[in-house]
Amino acid sequence: MVQEHFSKQYDQDLEAIRSRVLLMGGLVETQLRDAMESLNEGDIHLAEKVLNSDVEINRLEVSLDNACTQLIVRRQPAANDLRTVMATTKIITDLERIGDEATKIARSAKSLQNRIVTIVNHHETIKGIAETASGMLHDALDAFARLDKELAIKLIGRDALIDHEFHAMMHNLIECMTEEPLTVSASLDLLWIAKAIERIGDHATNVAEQVIYIVDGKDIRHTDYATGKADQFVQPE
Amino acid sequence: MNTHVTNAMAADATGNTSSIEISGLDFYYGETQSLKNINLSIAEKKVTAFIGPSGCGKSTLLRTLNRMYELYPRHRATGSILFQGHNILDPGQDVNMLRARIGMVFQKPTPFPMSIYENIAFGVRLYENLSRGAMDERVKWALNKAALWNEVKDKLGKSGLSLSGGQQQRLCIARCVAVKPEVLLLDEPTSALDPISTAKIEELIGELKQDYTIAIVTHNMQQGARCSDFTAYMYLGELVEFGETDQIFLSPAKQETQDYITGRFG
Repeated sequence: MVQEHFSKQYDQDLEAIRSRVLLMGGLVETQLRDAMESLNEGDIHLAEKVLNSDVEINRLEVSLDNACTQLIVRRQPAANDLRTVMATTKIITDLERIGDEATKIARSAKSLQNRIVTIVNHHETIKGIAETASGMLHDALDAFARLDKELAIKLIGRDALIDHEFHAMMHNLIECMTEEPLTVSASLDLLWIAKAIERIGDHATNVAEQVIYIVDGKDIRHTDYATGKADQFVQPE
Repeated sequence: MNTHVTNAMAADATGNTSSIEISGLDFYYGETQSLKNINLSIAEKKVTAFIGPSGCGKSTLLRTLNRMYELYPRHRATGSILFQGHNILDPGQDVNMLRARIGMVFQKPTPFPMSIYENIAFGVRLYENLSRGAMDERVKWALNKAALWNEVKDKLGKSGLSLSGGQQQRLCIARCVAVKPEVLLLDEPTSALDPISTAKIEELIGELKQDYTIAIVTHNMQQGARCSDFTAYMYLGELVEFGETDQIFLSPAKQETQDYITGRFG
């Protein structure tokens, strides 16, 4: 169990940052859910709501970055506290980007409503990868909340599924566009949506990598640490 | 209780040469044991910082390294402290020579009540017979080494006590280096100084380590993190953890170390 600092204020400052990250995460999860619903239901008003709500996420990013900077200058954090603050600054960037990707989905959903020629084939694929990405995001936030390294490692492994589905879908859409040029506009809308979902998977992976850094002090970015090599992990203590 | 260090010989493991090898060191103030089975290497021409809460034994440890504890009755050390192939705890050791080669600077600056020039020359004369010219050169060299020459070159005849606290401390460092030591022991060298003097001395430590092995005791953890290459965390007379400073301050292996450096304990 982690002891408290001598300074209660220090503990409160850290907790305030932590809970606001989770608040930001919750807002981003809602954005993604609403964006996908606006796509599935053809709900332009919901899409508008997503576009207008992004500003709150951006505000949180700036405010949290400030809070982290202030903590560094006041407390000169070390060890796990320092790793937590550094990781938090990266996590909030990834969360803000996920928010941006959700707005892209909403924007493309709106666009699709105005297309004369649409494509129905890829509906299920997009729903599928969206569910995977959404699950990854949820688990990443959960892993951060509970500093659960094992959960973080597991969710990283799921990113390959999204990548695979995205690339398969892209090839299909290219064929579609080649065979029927009238479908190009709608195909591109779908491609942007799929790409946004693929990016969300990447960002959720980044968050998980930062959780592992907080817990272990290991920087596993750009390695294949978590994908099939979890058995090589060694506990330092 | 055996909270034995996980990597006491990190200095060797990282390919650095060892300057001082401490093995099985115990220390007693009368009946009270204040150092317990200390094992570690102090790397040559690197800075090793000793940190830990009050009473952990870090200053006691420093004072074993040049047998300063012998100035006091009923203080004794057992075990081995190897320096240049000899155990400095052997009764046959020439203690005065030892203290020239392993010099010490204290928390409170301790200039002699003599001129700045004599502060430096006095120690040199104990070991070497230099001509006036050669002594002038040595004094200038030592004061340069301590980044003090430019501030005092026109007043070498003035009393060492006329200098500011930070300057006095640099004078003490100059006094140490004048007798050509291998090792400098700094016992909370900046605790009594203002931030600017502290910064100047930290800067000086960074330069001195090119020529000298340095061991520093500090209760200012950020200073330890800034100045040192290796850090030893001590508690209740034991060495809890020892390693490269970056690793100790970013990802310490022991929970106790982490609790201390993050301000959760101590």
